[in-house]
Amino acid sequence: MRGVLPADVIGLSTSPATEPFWRAAASHRLVVPRCTTCGTFRFPPSSFCFNCRAQDVDWVGHDGAGEIYSFTVIRHAVIASVADALPLIAAVVELAGTNGCRLVGNVVDCDPADVRIGLAVTLDWYDVRAGESVPVFRVVT
Amino acid sequence: MNTLKDKTAIVGVGATPYYKRGRSLPQTPMELAAKAVLAALADAGLTVDDLDGFALYSMGFDTSLLAQWLGVPEVRFTALLSGGGGGSAGSVGLASAAIVSGMAECVVSVMTLQQAASRFGASFAPRGNPGAVYAAPPSPEGSFIQPAGLMGPGQMFAVLAQRHMYRYGTTREQFCEVAMSTRDNAIRRPSALMREPLTKEQYFEARMISDPLCLYDFCMECDGAVAVVTTSAERARDLRHRPVYVGASANGGHGRWGQAITWLGMPDEYFASSGHRPVARRLYDLAGVGPADVDVALLYDHFTPMVIMQLEDYGFCGIGEGGPFVADGNIRWPGGALPVNTHGGNLSEAYIIGMTHVMEAVEQLRGTAINQVDGAQVALVTGGPASIPVSSLLLHN
Repeated sequence: MRGVLPADVIGLSTSPATEPFWRAAASHRLVVPRCTTCGTFRFPPSSFCFNCRAQDVDWVGHDGAGEIYSFTVIRHAVIASVADALPLIAAVVELAGTNGCRLVGNVVDCDPADVRIGLAVTLDWYDVRAGESVPVFRVVT
Repeated sequence: MNTLKDKTAIVGVGATPYYKRGRSLPQTPMELAAKAVLAALADAGLTVDDLDGFALYSMGFDTSLLAQWLGVPEVRFTALLSGGGGGSAGSVGLASAAIVSGMAECVVSVMTLQQAASRFGASFAPRGNPGAVYAAPPSPEGSFIQPAGLMGPGQMFAVLAQRHMYRYGTTREQFCEVAMSTRDNAIRRPSALMREPLTKEQYFEARMISDPLCLYDFCMECDGAVAVVTTSAERARDLRHRPVYVGASANGGHGRWGQAITWLGMPDEYFASSGHRPVARRLYDLAGVGPADVDVALLYDHFTPMVIMQLEDYGFCGIGEGGPFVADGNIRWPGGALPVNTHGGNLSEAYIIGMTHVMEAVEQLRGTAINQVDGAQVALVTGGPASIPVSSLLLHN
């Protein structure tokens, strides 16, 4: 997979609110929290619904289809240990059918010259280490 | 309504020299802070015996140690705005609030910065080079952002800039105009770190850091300290300089602006903005003035596109029209309709997290600025785009 960081510079931490997301991610399933009370999606997972202040969520499965809302092409190594991974496309992807829920991830195996806002993408997973996978995207061709 | 309007004034400003990142060693950050405070008090014609308060931002520093060092007779107020650099202008509002409420009489706002051990450009990166690993992983929220390689503020603001270009047709030529006009202002200032002219050719030949931002769209990483002394308007009239009155100050932002660049989930309506819109509206309401009254604008310029977005959010042009506004020469000194960052800004003078902008506004309103705007009476100063709070000040003479 081209266009991701080396595993040793990726660190993840969880909270009670985000842990179900990462547990599903480890088995390559995308789940998005939806407020049980008012149905509002929220991301990243948080302890309260910003719309109705309720706490409970349903973890809704999502196929990861969406479109690029915005992006940057990272070309300069702010730390030396990422230099070999550059250029990297970091994209903000709006997930279809979620009223604007956005997930951030790399667009992989893609020439930076080909990335555009509005492009349709599909989800894939980057296995960082055993039990830790992060979402990445591929442009739909 | 009970407001701050014209009840306080800035009476003294002071700074250390500005240094490239790490070059202020072997001074300590606290030593830099103390030097700036003493310089600002001297500028006002005051001494440590007059000082009784501290108003900070961006996580501040240990005022107990500074007070102990300087022998402040009695500290009556010490507080900070939460958040990061967005609080720079607002820290003077916090000082004013302390004074108007009677909690203190003479309050200093200070920023001190030394980037020897760590640097802002890699704020969210693993520490230590090379082969860096996280001493502690990113926060639970950051764990949704940093794995994509977004490790510094410039990379994150680039995402906002890209969306602004897509939505409004903003161009790199327009970012270039912000960089060049700001550099032009720095050239004449002995305090500026960047005094060589910047040409369009140099801008477009420079390496891209994080598309659409190139080297010259980024501010510098600096060391130094700046202090600003505020007291009551009544007392200000007896001091050394013409008082610079605080017409209003506001800080905050939409709750859903929130952590802004470190979550990137802001509502579409203001994703490609500076986050200042609600603060701007409140600032003008409190001061009883509007954008047409502003003679000079000192806009927090960590990245060139964010100047364009602030011009929109403060009503100097319509939303989405900031690019053409700068391309038409409006922010140039001299001659532009609204000279911006006449001191050379964070981009070309020095990046002391926004406090140089407050200092320049004071010099403009005293009539002593190096790039003086003729007859300047009203100055706007902003802090941020950043996470909440962003802030601003309307000052007048």
